[in-house]
Order: sequence, then structure tokens, then C-alpha cells
Amino acid sequence: MHKLFILVAQRLALGLLTLFVVSLIIFLGVEMLPGDLAQAILGQAATEETIAAMRERLGLNLPAHIRYLQWLGGIVQGDFGTSLANDREISELIGVRLANTLFLAIVAAAISIPIALTLGILAALYRNSWYDRTVNVVTLSFVSTPEFFVSYILILFLSVKMQAWLPGFHFPSLSNVSWDDTFLERLYAVFLPALTLTLVVIAQMMRMTRAAIINLLASPYIEMANLKGLSRRRIILKHALPNAWAPIITVVVLNLAYLIVGVVIVEVVFVYPGLGRLIVDAVRTRDIPVVQACSLIFAATYILLNLTADVMSIVTNPRLLHPR
Amino acid sequence: MSTEANQTPDQGDFVSGTWAKRRQDAMRELGKAPWTAKFGLLVIFVYVFVALFAPLISPYKESQVIGPEYLDIGQAFYVEEEGKIEPLFSDEEIAEAREDGKEISHLVLGTDNLGRDMLTRLFYGARNTIGIAFLTTVLAFVLGGLGGMLAAALGGWTDQILSRIVDVLMAIPQLIFALLLLTIFGTSIPILIIIIAVLDSTRVFRLARAVSMNVVVLDFVEAAKLRGEGMGWITMREVLPNIMPPLAAEFGLRFCFVFLLISALSFLGLGIQPPTADWGSMVRDNATLITFGIPTPLIPAGAIALLTIGVNFVVDWFLQKTSGLRDDL
Amino acid sequence: MTKFDKLKELAVQGRLSRREFIGYASALGITAAIADPLFMSSAKAAPTRGGTVRIGHAHGSTTDSLDPGTWENDFTIEMSFAVNNFLTEIDVDGQIKAELAESWDASDDATVWTFKLRKDVTFHNGKTVTADDVVASFNHHRKDGSESAAKPIVSPITDIKADGPNTVVITLSGGNADFPFLVSDYHIPILPATADGIDWKSGIGCGPYAMESFDPGVSAKFKRHDGYWKSDRAWFDAIEYTAVVDTAARGNALVTGEFDVISRPDLKTVALLERRPGIDVEETSGTAHYGFPMRVDAAPFDNNDVREALKWAVDREELVKKILKGRGVVGNDHPIGRSNRYHATEEELPQRTYDPDKAKHHLKKAGMENLKVKLQIADAAFAGAVNAAELYREQAAKAGIDLQVAREPDDGYWSNIWNKQPFSGTYWGGRPTEDWMFTTTHDKDAEWNETAFKNDKFQKLLVSARSELNDTKRRDMYVEMQRIVAHEGGSLIPMYNNYVWAKAKKLKHGEQMAANWDLDGHKWQERWWFEG
Repeated sequence: MHKLFILVAQRLALGLLTLFVVSLIIFLGVEMLPGDLAQAILGQAATEETIAAMRERLGLNLPAHIRYLQWLGGIVQGDFGTSLANDREISELIGVRLANTLFLAIVAAAISIPIALTLGILAALYRNSWYDRTVNVVTLSFVSTPEFFVSYILILFLSVKMQAWLPGFHFPSLSNVSWDDTFLERLYAVFLPALTLTLVVIAQMMRMTRAAIINLLASPYIEMANLKGLSRRRIILKHALPNAWAPIITVVVLNLAYLIVGVVIVEVVFVYPGLGRLIVDAVRTRDIPVVQACSLIFAATYILLNLTADVMSIVTNPRLLHPR
Repeated sequence: MSTEANQTPDQGDFVSGTWAKRRQDAMRELGKAPWTAKFGLLVIFVYVFVALFAPLISPYKESQVIGPEYLDIGQAFYVEEEGKIEPLFSDEEIAEAREDGKEISHLVLGTDNLGRDMLTRLFYGARNTIGIAFLTTVLAFVLGGLGGMLAAALGGWTDQILSRIVDVLMAIPQLIFALLLLTIFGTSIPILIIIIAVLDSTRVFRLARAVSMNVVVLDFVEAAKLRGEGMGWITMREVLPNIMPPLAAEFGLRFCFVFLLISALSFLGLGIQPPTADWGSMVRDNATLITFGIPTPLIPAGAIALLTIGVNFVVDWFLQKTSGLRDDL
Repeated sequence: MTKFDKLKELAVQGRLSRREFIGYASALGITAAIADPLFMSSAKAAPTRGGTVRIGHAHGSTTDSLDPGTWENDFTIEMSFAVNNFLTEIDVDGQIKAELAESWDASDDATVWTFKLRKDVTFHNGKTVTADDVVASFNHHRKDGSESAAKPIVSPITDIKADGPNTVVITLSGGNADFPFLVSDYHIPILPATADGIDWKSGIGCGPYAMESFDPGVSAKFKRHDGYWKSDRAWFDAIEYTAVVDTAARGNALVTGEFDVISRPDLKTVALLERRPGIDVEETSGTAHYGFPMRVDAAPFDNNDVREALKWAVDREELVKKILKGRGVVGNDHPIGRSNRYHATEEELPQRTYDPDKAKHHLKKAGMENLKVKLQIADAAFAGAVNAAELYREQAAKAGIDLQVAREPDDGYWSNIWNKQPFSGTYWGGRPTEDWMFTTTHDKDAEWNETAFKNDKFQKLLVSARSELNDTKRRDMYVEMQRIVAHEGGSLIPMYNNYVWAKAKKLKHGEQMAANWDLDGHKWQERWWFEG
């Protein structure tokens, strides 16, 4: 366990380094985009004069490295700064959005992970049966359909048509939640986006579960168990599954990360006030402090989840836990 | 996992034998393949055929505007002038046109939002979409797979450096990063392929490294190291065959994720540029119709789904074969 | 049952839209007038007070700000009209009308303007609106280092001062007979003055609704301002805005009753939306237009024959039909719309049509039979711009022109492509007066002279028409200017887009609606009401 602790400490230190590099890349990336905040905000209405005035006020005419160092200085002291576009405190701007994003991700994960694992284990158990094929085809159809299209189809049936079928009840096609709502109201509001995300992530997790288990079925120790006459169910659940966790966890965590950082399109379609829309808007307007803050949150999320995955892979595989 | 494991699963069909024998073997394997794999191969074959011969089998040119927009599936028409068609909406109109000696035909899939023939766009879309997605996925797997195996096999600094680079790349949300890079470098097709491949290869790297890690601690790899085999030999002969199944399973999905990323990018205004036909954009351009219960956007979406299913069926077959499993287990 | 009776029955059942009905009816030789009694869903009835109205806006960004100088999208512009009042207002008939200014007077040369303010108008915090507030509100855009998008409008002002609490005197550098129109601009609301400027951060105005909350790029909420001075306006108790950028999401939310009105429905499916029970699709035809400006100082567009060829080579009817889905009219290569007072009639300036042969003739004259030009475009220019360019490419090919469509990134389009590259795409909301429009886009020194247009005769007419008070003379001048721009300019304006929106049938409005902006001149919030 001591070694594991050192590993975690090391990885956290590396995580900080990663965050630093990410902030540098994002800063340079936004700098390299054509146009700047002044041009983006003024749009067609820009004149040389007003652009110059705005750059002057926001300090956009300072050299890039100075602006980066100024920003870094603030971050080290825990100050995310203010949005260039409308002067709002970034910590305040992002707080609610982050909470919304996490809420949707947790709801979607709570639905999708148990379903995916169950479907995957069952598919491995009843390999090549009609059940296996059907689950495969259905999940693949959903995963190969663009997210916005899955959303539209769900809206058509569960919102628009539902109104005709069940007068007085339908799922809202907009998820503009507010924190004044009760937990149940929020759950109802995010039902369609969460369902969309579930359909989008389920196939990959389910297929990896199935593949990882089946991959192990060829191992001699499983053959041995098989020869001993153990039941198929017992072999898969007691012998194969414990050793299949590493790849399954990796995929589950990658999908969890996706649910938090990758839901821009679902947020756009359902008008959900999460971080994804914020960062896309901020990239469009070159509002660097906002882009930076969002990127850092996303990057930190990813790093922490990733570390969790690695720790869990090690814990579930004794050979990795005690390397010779 | 038991420590008695000291041999690689049988890879004979893939790494030995003469060409003639291999072909014979392949034909025999195909004969034994389950119906799903045959179906998958048939789908792939048809798609590749369509992609290769799109200009020959398409009724019109790729971006040719042939008439009014949003004509229905099976719409009757006659050719009015060079390249333009005149749709006939009622039986009376059709009868009238017939009396005038006009030649009546029917559109197979109707027209899109600009009045271009859907069937033609679908055929050309096969060519562009499959070509781009395939190139991108292969590139991503070569980059990510090799990197992941190397990192696992060599360990130490190589692993550290590669893993940290990948960590950084993956820590930035893919869609946002793609948006940023495509805006900076432009949206030409080679750039699209390279950017998506590099971003996607990080996922492959993670998986390849994770499964390779499980393999390189196994005794047969240790044994090969003790025998003094080179790193390349160990990677290609010992590690690669053993991590192939999960990687192959991933390939099938990654392939369709490329379509999805491209269509997501076109949702946000980037992606493949018109007038090039691609299925992702075709879904996007016509997507709002679905909310009124009109099935037009289901056609390109269905084309993507069918291909994904086909590819994954073949991958499953491969998975099953390489894992050396008997169906009767 | 005759065909017409059948149509009538369908119409009454709501299975045909007004537009469709007129289309079929005119095919039977019946005039449109008969349609009106059948479609009196929004017919006159006394307005009633009450209700919370919810709108889905096509625009709105997290970078939106309350600073009036930055307002540029539908969300912020409409918010401007909800919260604020202005010196003047554009009425539903396009004419100028008093708002905070009760009356105004001009000196004979139209350089000195005196505005008398309405007394006893209050801000939402109870403070009375005075001349000082007006002066501060104008100076916000005029001050040194101003970042305001309204700077070009206020730059001719050389002096503005208060003359007592209720009089403001504005002096201009040159005469302008249309000045009262200019001060109706949405950028120049009257906001409370502070020691060193105006207080725009609090969101307090003196308009019909007081701001309750504003979450940029997400939503905004308003409550009726009980002390509002207009007694026959502002019928709703409260208004809720939601920014919904995705068109399909907007349409769905209207269908499922989560919105009462949405801006910019998806034109591709608007005919289907119209057939839904309880929903009206409405439009006004104004001054907004889409174009492909050619910069006349860059080869090959410095040759007027090339410009003429490109103007003849565009099939305007097809663009209106396919890009605007019929919700618009063809343009005639000048920026003066049909709702402008001095729009040139068909007799005065015949409509240009699609004629590849004439295009070929001009190319031959220019000695450029194999003309190859690059059109740099992005959907940021206008909705469907890339598709429009694609159609244009196909059309121009028939005239032997090789038009290459280069799709540029949406980001930075207005800064890097438009007004810089020789051939690009553009969008104008239009202006209520001819002078304002021409001064913005065709004055030789104008910042937004997107075609690099320089024409001595035009320039002289522009200056003299500005202060001309004789209506007939003025009309002749503006018609001549339209002719010059259409025949010699670099403006290629194939279509004027209608403002289109969709609303629940229970939402009512007056018979005439303003066409100067979308949604009844963005003043639907104070002009419309719920059916009692």
C-alpha cells in the first residue's frame, strides 16, 4: 500500500505539471486563432478606432507572454480573474455551470454504467446467442448515430409525440434548469439529455466488458475451471470478471470523463447551462481567461479520473501491485 | 490469471504459410464464419464497391442541383432541360406529361435541402466518408498502438514521456481541441485527417498501453527478455498478438467515432467542407426534418449505422478467432 | 364542392397556412383579399393585460454584456427595447414617433437640433429622467476611447448640452434632415447619469420592463415597470428570454408549449411548423438583405464589365426560393429596401434578372471569357451563405464563369475576410432611412464601405440629399443614387430576407407590424398581448 501512496503522490505532482502545459497550449492556441476578443465582440460593427480602444482597456495590446504571466500569477494565488467580455468574476460564472455539468454527468453515469456492465456480462455469458447479437446491433446503431440526431429522435418521441399520446405529460425538450428547482424537478428536466448520453456511451462500455471477459475465456486457468465442470455463469462471474477489470475500468473512466468534458452538443440541443457551451462561446469570442479556467477544470477532471482508473487497475491486479 | 501461461495463443493463420496456402485457409475460414461475419463482409464489400465506383453508378454529378429541394422518396418527374427535372405531384400531372410524350422516371431517394439528388450524394458520401474515416482510424491506430506498446515494453523514461504527452493531449477536451486546431490550420481534408487521427490516437495509446502492461509482466515475455530477444521482436511477436483482440474491438468503434466527431464538428460549423458530400454533414443538413417525423435524415444516418454494425460484426469474428475460443464452451 | 370551397374548408380547419391558401387560390384566379377574413386569428380585439410571455431567442452568448455600446445580437437588442426608452421610436408604419422626446426642432440647415423631453418619466429605481441623463447617455458613446459600436452614429455630433432639465440641444458637424431617426438606434438608450458617465451595470432603464435577472448566454427575466408612462403599451406582467441557438430545439420547444414565441425558425421546416395547430408563422418584409460585395479597387473587380457579368450571372429567384425558402424578395444590387421611403420602382430602375448571355457579352467586352474568381464565404456572413455560394457557382458556370467557393472559418470572418478580401459575403439589417444606409455602406470614407466604392457624382448627391427638405427633389436624388450603385457599384445584392418568427396563436398583435427589425421592430414586448 505504501508504494501505491507514493504512486498517487507522484501522479498528482505530474498532474500539476500537466495542468501547466495544458494552460500553455490552450493560451497559445487561442492566441493563434484569427482575430481577438475586440474583433469578436464588435463583429461587423468593428471600426479601427473602437477596436483599438477596447484592446487598450483590456490590455490586449500587451505582448502575449506578459499576459500569460499575469494570468499565471493570478492562478497561483487562486484568482481565476474576470471575463474579458463582460467583467464578471470567473469563479462565480463557472461555479453554477460546473455544478450543472456534474449533475448531468452523474445522472447519466448512474443510468449507463450499471446497464452497460450488465449487458456486457450477459453478452459474454450468452455469447453469439440472439440476445448477444440484438444487444450488439441496437447499441451499435445508437453509438454510430450523431448525438444531436439521437437527441432529436428522443425529443420527437418522448416530448412532441408524448404530448399527443399522454395528454398532460411529456418530457421537456429544454433542460434550462435552475438551482431553485427541487431535486426531482431537476431530474425530470435532465431526463432527455441524460438518456441521450446514456445511449451514446453505453455501447463502448458494454462491448469492452464483453471483449475483456471473452478474451480471458481462452486462458488456461479458465479452461481448467471449465474442465472442473464449473457452471458457465460461475466461471464468468467468479473467475473471468475479476481479472477483466483493468480494461473495463479504463473504458468506464474514459466515458465518465467524456460525460463531463464532452457534452457540448447535448448542452446546445437541450439548452443546458453547462460548462461545454461556456467554453465554446468563450473560444468563439477569444475570452482567454474563461477558456483557460474551463480547460483547467476539464483537465483536472480528466487527470483525477485517470489516476483513479490506474489505481483501481493496480488494486484489482495483484501482479501489478507487487511487481517483481 | 495463472502463472502457467507460457505460450502465445495460436497465431498461425496470420503469421505463417505461403500466399496460396493463406488464401486457401482464408477461404475455408470464410466458409466457417458465422452469418453475422458474412453479413458484415457483404456490407463492407458493397460499401467499398459504391465508394470506388461512385461516379459511374451515380445518376447525377456530386454537387449538381437537379430541381426543387426536399422532393420525396420515389418522386415522379420528367427531364425538363439539361440537368433540371420537373417534378410531377399528382396522377393527373403524370398522365398529362405522359400524353405530351414526356419520359417519366422516379427519384430513388428524393432531393436534399438544395435540390441535389440524395442517391448521388449518398454514393459520393460513401467515397468521402469511408475514405476519410478509414485513413484517420488507421493512422490513429498506427500512432497510438505502436506508442502504447513501446511505452509498456520499454517502460522507464520512454513510458513517462509518451504517457505525459498523451496525458496533456487527452486532458484537453477533444471537441474543443479539434475546434481550436481546425480554426487555426484550416479545414482542408488532409488537415482534418491528421488532427482527428492525432487526437484519437491518444485513446488508442491508453488502451494499448493498459493491455500491454498486463501482457509484458507475463512469464513468456520475461522469458523472451531473458533469451535476449530485441524489443522490436518482443513487441511484434509477443505483445502485439496478445493485445490484438481488445484493440480490434476498439478499432470497430473508433472507426465510427471518427464519423461522429466529423459530424459533431459540422454541427459546430467546421468539418468537411461543401460541396463535398459526406454522411455526417448530410445528417446535419437535414436533421431538423426528423422532428416533424420526416425520415430523410435517417438515410445517411442509417448508412453510417449499417457500416458500423458491419465492421463490428467482422471485428467480433476476428476477436473470436484470435482468442481461440470454441463456440461450444 | 368546388375546388375553392375545399380550400376554404382546409383553411378554416387550420390545415392550410395563409401563405399556402393564397398560393392555391391565386392559381384559381382568386385574389389574396379573400384570404384575410379566413385568417383573422390575430384580428383586432381589445388588448388585455397579464400573463408571462416566454421567448426562445436564436442568439445570445455568454459574452453578452449590459454595456449598450456592445449590443449586437437579437438577444441584447431586444433586451435594450424591453428595458429602455429612447429619444424617438420607429413606429409600426416606419415613421418616426416621439418617445422620451416630446417634440423636436431643427435649425434651417438641419445642424442644430433641440429635443424637448417628456416630463415625469421615471427610471425603474424611481429617479426622474432629465436632460443630464440624455447628455450622459450620448457621451457614453462619444467619449475618448469609446468602444461603442454606435460611435459612427454619434461622431457627427460636435456638441451636446442640457438647456434646463427638459431640453437637450445637439449640434452636428453637417446638416442631417434624418437626425431624429438616428437617435432611435438601439445602442443609445437613455440611462441614469452618474458622476462620470452612465450607470449601465445595474441594468436600470426607463422602459416598459425592469430587469429581474440576466444570465448571459442563458436567460433573462423581466417584470412590468408599473410606473411606465405609456398607458396603452406593455401588456404582459413578465417576460422570460431563453437563448436557444439550435434551430431544431427552438422549434420543438414552441411545439411542446415551452415557448410562446421563437425568433428565426428553421426556414427549411417552417412550412411544416406552420401546419401545427395553435402556431402562427409570421413575417415582415423590411430592409434586411444578403449580398456578395465586390471590392472595386481589386482586380478583376475594378472592371465594371466583370461586375456586370457577375450580376447577370446570379439567379436571384432561385436563391430566394432555396436559401430564403420563398420568405424574401429579389434584390436589385442596391441596399435600399422596399419599405424605405424612396425605394426605386420597377419603372425607375428595372429589376435585374438571370441572363447568362448578357453575362457572357460583358465578359467578352472585358476580354475575360474564361473568368475565374474566388468567393470567400462563411455561414457567419448570413444564414445559408455557403449554400447560396454553392448555388451561385452552379448558376455562374452557365455563363462560363469559374466561380470558386472558398469556405472560410466563421471565427474572425467579419474581421479578416469581409471588408478586406475582394469578393465575400455580407449581411445588412438595413437602415430606416436612405441616407443612413448609404452613409454607412457607400460613403467614400465610410469604415464599412465594403465595396471600396468611390463615385464623385454619387458622393455629391449623398451630401446634398442629406439636408434637402423638398420631398420630390429628394426622391429623384435617392433614385439616381440607387441607379448609380446598381449599375456601377460593387454591391451584388441578390436577395432581401424577410424577418420570420413563429408564435402561439393565443399571442395577439396589432394589424400592422414594424418591419425595421425582427419581431415587430423588436418591440413586440410592449406592443403584443395574450388573448383574454
